[in-house]
Amino acid sequence: MIYFDKVSKIYSPSSIALDDVSFAVEPKEFVSIVGQSGAGKTTLLKLLIAEERPSDGKIFFESIDVNELKKKDLSLLRRKIGMVFQDFRLLPNKTAYENIAFAMEAAGRMDEEIEESVPQVLELVNLTDKTWSFPHELSGGEKQRVAIARALVIQPDVIIADEPTGNLDPLNTWEIIQILRKINDMGTTVLMATHNKSVIDSLGKRVITMEKGKIIRDDKEGRYIL
Amino acid sequence: MLWTKIKRVTKAGVVNFLRNGWVSLATVLVTVVALFTIGSLIFARAILSTALDQLQDKVDVSVYFKTNAGEADILSVKDKLEKLGEVKAVEYVSREQALNNFVERHKDNTLIVQSLSEIGDNPLGAVLNVKAKETSQYESIANFLGNSSDLVGDNSIIDKINYHQNKVVIDKLTKIFDSTRNLGASISLILIFISILVTFNTIRLAIYTAREEIGVMRLVGASERFVNGPFVIEGVLMGAIASVIAMVIFYPFTLWLGPATEGFLSGVNIYQYYLSNFFEIFLILLFVGMGLGVFSSLIAVRRYLKV
Repeated sequence: MIYFDKVSKIYSPSSIALDDVSFAVEPKEFVSIVGQSGAGKTTLLKLLIAEERPSDGKIFFESIDVNELKKKDLSLLRRKIGMVFQDFRLLPNKTAYENIAFAMEAAGRMDEEIEESVPQVLELVNLTDKTWSFPHELSGGEKQRVAIARALVIQPDVIIADEPTGNLDPLNTWEIIQILRKINDMGTTVLMATHNKSVIDSLGKRVITMEKGKIIRDDKEGRYIL
Repeated sequence: MLWTKIKRVTKAGVVNFLRNGWVSLATVLVTVVALFTIGSLIFARAILSTALDQLQDKVDVSVYFKTNAGEADILSVKDKLEKLGEVKAVEYVSREQALNNFVERHKDNTLIVQSLSEIGDNPLGAVLNVKAKETSQYESIANFLGNSSDLVGDNSIIDKINYHQNKVVIDKLTKIFDSTRNLGASISLILIFISILVTFNTIRLAIYTAREEIGVMRLVGASERFVNGPFVIEGVLMGAIASVIAMVIFYPFTLWLGPATEGFLSGVNIYQYYLSNFFEIFLILLFVGMGLGVFSSLIAVRRYLKV
């Protein structure tokens, strides 16, 4: 469902983020992308949601070339992809409930559906008691769970997580990974960038290893090897 | 669906405006200052233009006729004058009227009254007071009178035209009027420009603090209009509140300045002007305020929408 075809991203001749990268992700897969900082993990994910444009090559999402999309259709693409970031990126002026509802409102869902779905996903990420809390009243782990709930509520085909545990302690890290696993078990494709060794080793899922903008390993039941 | 969207955008705008309390307050206050400046210019223009009009109204050219000039001849000159494009009004003062005015003006001066009665006859000629539309047109009116064939020469019925005595004063006044108007207009333009610029930049700074939010909204799939809609609503609210505050401030301000402005040349009391033009001024400030808010918001948000 996701296909990178000989993609390169060159910021300047001395800073090449991605160098001729090709790979495919099947539906319902859980793929981890590992590598050191600057290996090109984040760039790869940004290219998929067209936050950045490739210098060369093509990126397909469900047979749509994402760089052929017009600005208006870009929002439609992003409504099929749930994004989770290392720094959470919640809207600071909105409560947990409103943050999650915003993604649905933006997608043009009906009020009844919003009122029904938001409590459900809050329950899924175990945050029912924080429904009306603002982001600054939440801990890091709780913020990340709200962010996952926001990504999940639009029922995306794929969840993209860019170092979702980068700012969290081991216990919260474990919780977040459990939630992502649960989402994957329910049938959503998950694409996660990370450099957390224990997370990868405990997952036992497909691992793509990157170094200096190139894919150097792609293992079906991989481990963190660098 | 459209209705739902409008409802959501409006609600988000109002909620953001309230939750960003301090930022909203700051932008409202800056807008109040801008609108107050613009409102003050409206008042200043009202005072200045009435003062200038009244001053201008005091300027005229008088045509003095010889005592033996017939009334019919004088009235035909009046007709000719009234047909001129530059002439606003011509007032005919007959010999008797002129004498009455003269006696009235000098009734306390026994010497003048005595000498008048000694002459026995009316020594004053009839007068035509000519008012031009613009002070700069007096010269051409005077020239017209000087060049008319039946009015010049030995058998002319005109005694004198006082334009040439008043020329210096009229020229000077014309210059003062023109430069006051130009100066007033340029100062107004500069002040308006400055206040708009300051408001624009304040709003831009307020939105700069929300630039990451705008990016996040785009990344979770919000369309451009869904992102900038609430900011537009905030701009409308800000402009509306600021214009109301500015109007409220003008009440004690004009009440206090009213008597002072009444004494100044024109006799326009700006408190009266404020009351009688309340809705016009309010509408102007409201539209300027809201326009400024919406326009600045749209420009500011546009920069961060490119995600």
